[in-house]
Order: sequence, then structure tokens, then C-alpha cells
Amino acid sequence: MAEIAYWEAIQRAHDEEMANDPMVIAMGEDIGVVGGTYKATFGLHEKYGDERVIDTPISENSYTGIGIGASMIGVRPIIEIMSINFALLALDTLINAAAKIRYMSGGRVHCPIVMRTPGGTAHQLAAQHSARLARMFMSTSGLRVVTPRSPLDAYGMLKSAVRCNDPVIIIEHERMYNMKEDIPDKEFFRPLEGAEIVRKGTDITLIGYNYSVHLCLETAKRLESDGVSAEVLDLRSLKPLDRETIRRSVEKTHRFLIAEEDEAAVGVGSEIMAVVTEECFYALDAQPVRIHAADVPVPFNRELEKAAIPDVDDVYQGALKVMGKI
Amino acid sequence: METSDQKRLLREMIFYRRFEDRTFEAYMERKVGGFLHLYSGQEAVATGVLEMARPGSDYVITGYRDHVHALKAGAPAKEIMAELYGKETGSSKGRGGSMHIFDPTVNFMGGYALVGQPFPLAAGLAKGIKMKGTDQIAICFLGDGANNQGTFHETLNMASVWKLPVLFVCENNLYAIGTAIDRSTAVRDQYKRVAAYNIPSSQHDGQDIDIVMEAAKKAVDHVRSGKGPYFLELMTYRNRGHSMSDAKGYRTREEEAEWAKRDPILIYSERLKKAGTISDDDVKNWEKEIDKEIEDDIVKFAEESPEPRVEDLGKYVLDDNPDPRWIGPLQS
Ligand SMILES: Cc1ncc(C[n+]2csc(CCOP(=O)(O)OP(=O)(O)O)c2C)c(N)n1
Ligand SMILES: [Mg+2]
Repeated sequence: MAEIAYWEAIQRAHDEEMANDPMVIAMGEDIGVVGGTYKATFGLHEKYGDERVIDTPISENSYTGIGIGASMIGVRPIIEIMSINFALLALDTLINAAAKIRYMSGGRVHCPIVMRTPGGTAHQLAAQHSARLARMFMSTSGLRVVTPRSPLDAYGMLKSAVRCNDPVIIIEHERMYNMKEDIPDKEFFRPLEGAEIVRKGTDITLIGYNYSVHLCLETAKRLESDGVSAEVLDLRSLKPLDRETIRRSVEKTHRFLIAEEDEAAVGVGSEIMAVVTEECFYALDAQPVRIHAADVPVPFNRELEKAAIPDVDDVYQGALKVMGKI
Repeated sequence: METSDQKRLLREMIFYRRFEDRTFEAYMERKVGGFLHLYSGQEAVATGVLEMARPGSDYVITGYRDHVHALKAGAPAKEIMAELYGKETGSSKGRGGSMHIFDPTVNFMGGYALVGQPFPLAAGLAKGIKMKGTDQIAICFLGDGANNQGTFHETLNMASVWKLPVLFVCENNLYAIGTAIDRSTAVRDQYKRVAAYNIPSSQHDGQDIDIVMEAAKKAVDHVRSGKGPYFLELMTYRNRGHSMSDAKGYRTREEEAEWAKRDPILIYSERLKKAGTISDDDVKNWEKEIDKEIEDDIVKFAEESPEPRVEDLGKYVLDDNPDPRWIGPLQS
């Protein structure tokens, strides 16, 4: 066991997978000589060289397409997109090509790419660097979308994503790269599917993904002093969603809240609402609550940004509401 | 070139023309649905370029006008026709249709509907080749209209910087659907646009297969020798409308008549006749044989093949046999 940061976990996964398979490559803007905006590929250029750790020009759609084309004949590219906002430029090759090639070819060609990108608000990066957009990817057939909340998953899920034969989008978060956790020194893998109960409880299920899991965990601690036992569920995979684990938890606690950093409309929260309604509507003892961002482009001003994005207080208040305590 | 090869090439082009004509009939009989883009008039381009490459080994990728590229790459005609019919025996098991023929067994890596999307995919295939260290090349066939996409510029830039073994073939047929090139594009000569990316390029008559082959040989040799990409522009013309419902109001009958004189099959058959390589009877006999093959073998196969099973609707979305070590699900 050693304590490592989220970015180091990603770096270690890259390194091991590249050492394991010469067909694994990394590509993205400033990932080579510089080592990545968040250091996720630090030191790899020196070790693996230009052919395998590729500093791309600022051409998101086409370098993603190059990764996809290479993946069709056996290369396993890990494509970094500097910010999820920029992934909007790569949607054609990602959604029209990578997500559909297996299907359109009747299963004869597939695209095992990994796309990693941070999605979320950091500290006053304003509207064009603070998008979340997970909902856009999770609504696309033919993609896998995962949201590691910790170094353990960041490492283990990236390794699985590289080996898996489907296109996988990994959504990270700028505020998580320096988060630390003990992870085993020995190689391991974390599966791409399956939600995880990260804290057991009996009175309410707090559902989160990506950064909002941490808000849920904090909230659970606060609720404890109110005498409320909260269960925290990390979705981990947004596509496919683990309906079964959600159902089992809600059937146990009879109450739930879903917290996310994105805007509400047509989002992860609305999907979870729909899943619970379809799976176990009659298990509910209270009206559920969605905690989400305000319906505005993310503001620059510190106070406005704070007001736009949910924090622990918001999740806590939401939980009290579900519990009928306010 | 041996006369036997010349005869074979002419026969191939006649086959492609009649294959396309037959798909048109099947469309009119409503046996083929969706969009259908035919290659008639442009045959010398795909035939000539791939003749100078290694079909079946080199990777080929193109847009939605893809039947002939797939055929010349070596994909079975039966399976292509069955794909147009949406049958389970089709090249893409009926999931792709006319615009999405795939046959990885001959390295035909697909037809794509998004104009300009194959540019980066082709460069990616070339990247894969480079990593494997073989002497294959990737060949990307696209229209003149595709060059107005960002992917054209982005991909040429990267292909040049990374010296990727990819040949871009521009099939300049002067129109993007109904928009004439002069009305959409600042430069009519597409090969000139490539100079900005330090990629060698040239423009040639795409209707004369001998000229195409001569130019293609240089281009292919350049790419295969490891010197990086090449951009080959071939001037051509489609006989038919863009897709099926096209009244061709955007071009004159006079222009069409001029180009009809430059039909690639006409040019080549006249040349071979003049040289005494073939006779009028040869062509007639081939046409008969071809029509019989298309009817008795190809169309029959497509018509008699089974439809995909509705139970299989959800197949091929993701890996149908995933490894639980990577996929899980996580037990919690
Ligand atoms: C991204 C995108 N935009 C628009 C279309 C609609 N469309 C289909 S073919 C075409 C014209 C393409 O012309 P060109 O590249 O010259 O090829 P050609 O059909 O002449 O062979 C257009 C606009 C499309 N399929 N994809
Ligand atoms: Mg055109």
C-alpha cells in the first residue's frame, strides 16, 4: 500500500499498460514533453518516445479520429482531451464514428479507444472551462462512460478501459487530481461496470458520481450527528447504469437523493429519477430530491460560481428535505 | 501492362458499372432502401488507383459512395448486394446498408456517411500500420466537397508532421450534391490546397485509367517508401445524380454530354479496340456473362438470404462477449 494522488494513479496506469502492450499509445495536447496539464502522463514521453506518447496539434476532432482509425486495426489509444469543453469538438469522430462502427459493421470492426477528460468546475475558470456534459455521453449507444471518484478507481478503471474492447469515456474532475488515497502496490483492475456502495446506511441513499460522491460522503457524516444513517452510492459507470444496485439500495432505505454538479435538465439526475420510478416506485416513502447546478453558464465571479454549483450544504439541505426535517 | 491485364481491367470496370445499374433497379423495385449513391462514371479512379496498390492488404476507406472501392478491394459482390438488401449475409450483416460496407477480411475499413470523417480515420489506419512496422499503406478516397471540412486540414497537417503512410485520393467530380465546386470552394484545383501542409500532390485526368494508373503508381510508391502522405487529385464526373432523388437541375445537359464522351469505360474500350486487344464481340460477351453472374449469383443470393433476426437487435452495440475481468460488474 502506498498513498498516491489521483493524477499519479492515472500516470501509473498509463505506464503499466504501455509497458504491458506495445500497441498502447497515449495522445493529446501537451501530454508528451510537458507531461500533461494535470501530469497524468508525466515522464512517459521520455520513457516511450514520440511514436507512443504523442503531442498532438490542437485538432480535437481529427486526433480523436486518428486514435479511432488506429484502434480499428489493433492499436489501443488513450486519448486525453484537456477539458471536457474541448471534447465538443471531437463529438463527430467520437459519437458518429467510434460509438457506431461496431454496430454499422455488424460487429466486424471495433474501436477500443479510451478518452480521458476532466469535466467539472474548478476555481473560477468561467463558462468555457467548466462544462460537465456527462449526460451527453451517457445518452449515446455504443459508448461506455465511467467516472472514477478516487485514485483506486482512477487507476483500476483506466487499466480496464485500455483492455476492454469498447470505446470508453473516462470523466475525471479538475478538483480531484490531487486527492490522495492508499492503493495496493501490486497491479490490480477495477471493473468498468457496477455502482458501489461506499458507505452503508439505512435511512436514505445519497447517490453521486465523480466529484459529487465526495459531497455525499461529507453529507452522510453530518447526517450522522442528526441521527440519520445515510447510505452513499457511487454510480461509477454512467453507461451502462447499474439499475440493480440502485434498486437494492432504495428498497432498503426507501428514500434517496441524487447529487450532481451538472445542470438538471435531461441529466444524470433525471435519469436516476426515471430508473427508480421504473424499478421500485412503491418502495419510496418520501419524495426524492435532485441537487444540481443552477441553469446558467458557469459564472466567473467567485460568489456567483459558488452559488451556481452545489456544495455540501446544498446536498445536506436536500437530504434534510427528503427526511422531512425541513 | 500485359494485354490480359488490360482486358481484365476493362472487364472489371464494366462489371462495376453493371453492378451499380442493377442496384439502381433493385432500388426502383423497392428491394433496396435508404440512400444509394452510385459510382457510375468514376470507375477509372478506384479501379486504377487500387490496381497500383495491394488490394486486400493495403487499407482502404471511403465515404458513402463505396460499393466499387469495396469490390476492388476484394469484398465479395454477393455480400455487398446482400448488404444493400439489408440481409444477415451482407457485408455488415444488414446493420450498415449501402453507405456502410465493411470487410476487414480484405482490409476494407468502411464507408462513412459523415462527409470528411474518413480523413482522420485513414490517418489512424496509417498510424496503426506504422506501429506494426509493415509496408502496407492506407488509402482514403473522398470527394471534392469533403475538402471543405476541418478534418481535411487537421488531418493533412498531422499526417504530414507524423509522416504517416497514407494516400489521399480526391475524386473531384466538380459537385457536392448540387453545389458546383466554383460556388463553394475558393480554389477549384484541390491539389493546390495541400501545399500548405508540405505534402506532395498532383492533379490528373481521372477518366483515363492509363493516366490514373501512371499517377497512382508514383503516389503509391511515394507513400510506401516511407516518405509520408501524398495527395492525388483525379478529375472525374458522376453519370448519375448524387443519390436516387436528384433531378440534376444544377448542371446542364450539354455539360453531361461533354463528359459522356469522356466516359472511362468508353475511353479504355476504344483504346483496346484500336490496339486490337479486344473486339466488339468481347465486350458484348462480357456484358452477357456479367449480367448473368449478377442475376444468377449475386442478386439471387441477396434475395434469398435471410433477414437479420429481430432478437439480435441489441447485438454489436458493445462487445457481446466481454471479459469480466475488465467489465465486472463490481460486486458490492
Ligand atoms: C457532415 C456532413 N454534412 C453534410 C452531409 C450531406 N451530404 C452528403 S454527400 C454531400 C456532398 C459531398 O460531396 P463530395 O465530397 O464532393 O462527394 P461526392 O458525393 O461528389 O462524391 C453532402 C453535403 C453529410 N453526409 N455529412
Ligand atoms: Mg463531389
